[in-house]
Amino acid sequence: MSTKRVAITEYLEIDLEKERWHCRSCGHDIAAARANYKEGLLVYNRDPREVHHPVLDESYPFTYAPDPNWCRIIEFYCPTCGTMIENEYLPPGHPITHDIELDIDKLKARHLGAEGTSNATG
Amino acid sequence: MGGDQEKSIIEKFLEENVLFLGPDPAIMEDHRVVPTTPREQIALDNFSNPDEINLVRHKLQTACNESFDMVEQMGAAPGAKWGDLISGVWTANGDLALASMGGVLIFSVLTQHPVKFILKYWKDDPTVGLKDGDIFMHNDARYGNIHNTDQSLMIPVFHQGELICFTGAIVHEGENGAIEPGGMPSAAESPYDEGLKMSPIKVGENFEFKRDIMTFLQNSVREPKLQLEGMKSKFFAAMRMKARVEDAIAEYGVDAVLATMRKTLTDTEAEVRRRLRTWPDGKVRTNVFADGTLRENCLIRIRLEMEKLDDELILDFRGSSPEFLNRPNNTVLASLKGMLAQEFLSFVWPDLPRNQAVFAPMTVLTDKRSALHCSPEAPNAQSMMTFFPSFTCVQIGVPKYLYSAGHRATDIIAGWYNMIVTFLYGGVNQYGELVGNVCADLNGMGGAARWNRDGEHSLAPIFAPMADIGEQELIEEEIPLIKIVPHRLMRDAEGFGKFRGGHGYQQIATMKDSSMWGFMCCSIGSKFPTTYGIFGGYAPGTLPLCKVKGVNVFEVMENTRDLLRFTIPEIMNERPFKGATYSTHHMGLQLEFSKPGELYMITQGGGGGYGDVLERDPALVSKDYLDELISMRSARTVYHVVLDEKSGAVDVAATEQARKAERENRKRRGKPYREFLKEWETPEPPRTVPFYGSWKDKALIYRGTPDDTCPADAIVPIIMPNPKDVRIAALEAELATLRTQQR
Repeated sequence: MSTKRVAITEYLEIDLEKERWHCRSCGHDIAAARANYKEGLLVYNRDPREVHHPVLDESYPFTYAPDPNWCRIIEFYCPTCGTMIENEYLPPGHPITHDIELDIDKLKARHLGAEGTSNATG
Repeated sequence: MGGDQEKSIIEKFLEENVLFLGPDPAIMEDHRVVPTTPREQIALDNFSNPDEINLVRHKLQTACNESFDMVEQMGAAPGAKWGDLISGVWTANGDLALASMGGVLIFSVLTQHPVKFILKYWKDDPTVGLKDGDIFMHNDARYGNIHNTDQSLMIPVFHQGELICFTGAIVHEGENGAIEPGGMPSAAESPYDEGLKMSPIKVGENFEFKRDIMTFLQNSVREPKLQLEGMKSKFFAAMRMKARVEDAIAEYGVDAVLATMRKTLTDTEAEVRRRLRTWPDGKVRTNVFADGTLRENCLIRIRLEMEKLDDELILDFRGSSPEFLNRPNNTVLASLKGMLAQEFLSFVWPDLPRNQAVFAPMTVLTDKRSALHCSPEAPNAQSMMTFFPSFTCVQIGVPKYLYSAGHRATDIIAGWYNMIVTFLYGGVNQYGELVGNVCADLNGMGGAARWNRDGEHSLAPIFAPMADIGEQELIEEEIPLIKIVPHRLMRDAEGFGKFRGGHGYQQIATMKDSSMWGFMCCSIGSKFPTTYGIFGGYAPGTLPLCKVKGVNVFEVMENTRDLLRFTIPEIMNERPFKGATYSTHHMGLQLEFSKPGELYMITQGGGGGYGDVLERDPALVSKDYLDELISMRSARTVYHVVLDEKSGAVDVAATEQARKAERENRKRRGKPYREFLKEWETPEPPRTVPFYGSWKDKALIYRGTPDDTCPADAIVPIIMPNPKDVRIAALEAELATLRTQQR
């Protein structure tokens, strides 16, 4: 059986026949391709100052670091290899974004050859 | 008299007695190309050889580029000198068929509106008319263009009495008589604080400016010489293009020119549709949070759901922030479209002709009276504060379509830096003249990381692929604004990633030899980053405005040179000048008069990162450390690369160990999605942060607190309190508390 996979981002691919999201780094089976891939990842709420260190004395109100009361970094990791597949900068408590919702039937038709448009340029 | 007849008379009366020809929604909200006219079809039937059309197209394109160079060389405005303009040719229906290759490509999709207004309202009006030799101008963004600081000039081109096209140019002229000098007033609280309000207007006949109108315009701004010179340079450029069009007509015939313009538009749209068909169908969603209005910090949600369907792309911004009725950060819908088109013109398909057909296959959905589709009553001088973040929404979403699209015209790219970090100024220069404008080093925005390499430092603004940052020595010859330190890159300002974003530079400005001089700044992103990485890459950090008041650095430079420091962190952290006041702020600074030698410091932003930081080549981390682009702390705690502090040499084994440990740490600290959601997601915005826009449901708009909402289809505009009143109230409350404690 063919396991035709299409790379959708640097770290995500879709197995068209099984209709599953996979990690491109380690092959981990993440989630159903028709669902939000983030549902199959590990998630962490990160203080932005851990990444964007304050450059100025923290007695100043603005220091080159995001305000952790306004902005959080939500990091999404592959449960198997720990690759950071995606991240989002969100206000505290803001709903997570379902960022990719592709038409799987059309994707399959294109890449499995039914419509034969996979050689088109863009 | 019958009912129908009565209605007809009333309608006729109303049509003939329009009180005011305001911005026409039928023109302003339609970005599509006008269908081929019968005259154009005749031309296409008569002139169809693709090779000859290509020749004529190149002739017209060269004319656009030539006139661009003319304005850049002749213009007096800083914006003109450094390429903040385009020149172009519009069809007889008002569509922009070709524009200069360089310059501000936003204009490519939003200059047609004033031309269409002229055709619809003035051409057959006996008091205005349209004839050979006429000169028209316009600057009010509610009738097209980006904001009022941009002035456009158009002239019609006739051949044997037949209207063939329009030629002209649009330039960021700067000063326009607004409430603050420089043309982009962040202090504007109504459209009437924004200076000149030229609806499309005839300013000349018989190829000459009308002196009375010229005087009126000069009398309305702080720099009358600039107004005159700007109009002249645009007019000469339009005339040169007109001559080139006439050359083409003489050489190939009038049908050749008409057919070429039409075919350029239809071919461009067809090619965009062909390329869109290669993208996967489906939805991509992004969010960007603008962190202020330039008067105060608050979170302004820009929400985007893109849907690609066959050869169309729908950009749905519904659920974004409401408009701010007394702040200038609102966007006219047409301006929004212009900026969104920039993504496709500059970053996705830069090989396509520059014209408005590039955006024709796109549909933009917005809520009326949102910050992205503001009413005519809302000021828009700083529309960039909402349409730049909207652009970024598109830019970080498009890679999720492009990655699987097969062959691509350009690289997959993260979020480019997207704010105009520079100084605006106003005051009396060293020659005793009143001046007001903007510095061109806003053009040095940091480039984003790409799928295969790092972003370039301080490369170009998001709205223009080719623009200069200006020569400081030339600037100092004209105005008393001194940069005491060259443009040094800011350490750790990149978006970290497998490939990092480019850095931005520090700008340390002061004033010398002026009796009256003020600075302004107009950027957001001091609490929340404005642009982002993709595919696990981080955003660049946030940026403050820093000030040192109560010092004259020129005296320090003369007498105590050992006190001098050459970077913002050194100046702000070491506080070398005794008795001076050191402070940091958000980057919205309304006109503030300064004393000689006081320091105003800002930092141009960096680009977003691409991919996981743990995949960055340790050798590149070492190089960045040695080049002082990143600190040892970032190398160690962000990239997890172990370097020798002195030599920068990579400890390969220790790095492998550190990165392995970080992957394990991630797996340990990360929580399963459902579990995380239970702790994380809240039903409404936090009470501690003023939040504007929808939260979970795009139909419900929050107006600053969780208790204040309105439906998205009936938005109630926001009116913000004066920040000084807010400050006074806070101080009075503090005083009251202290008094209570003393009793």
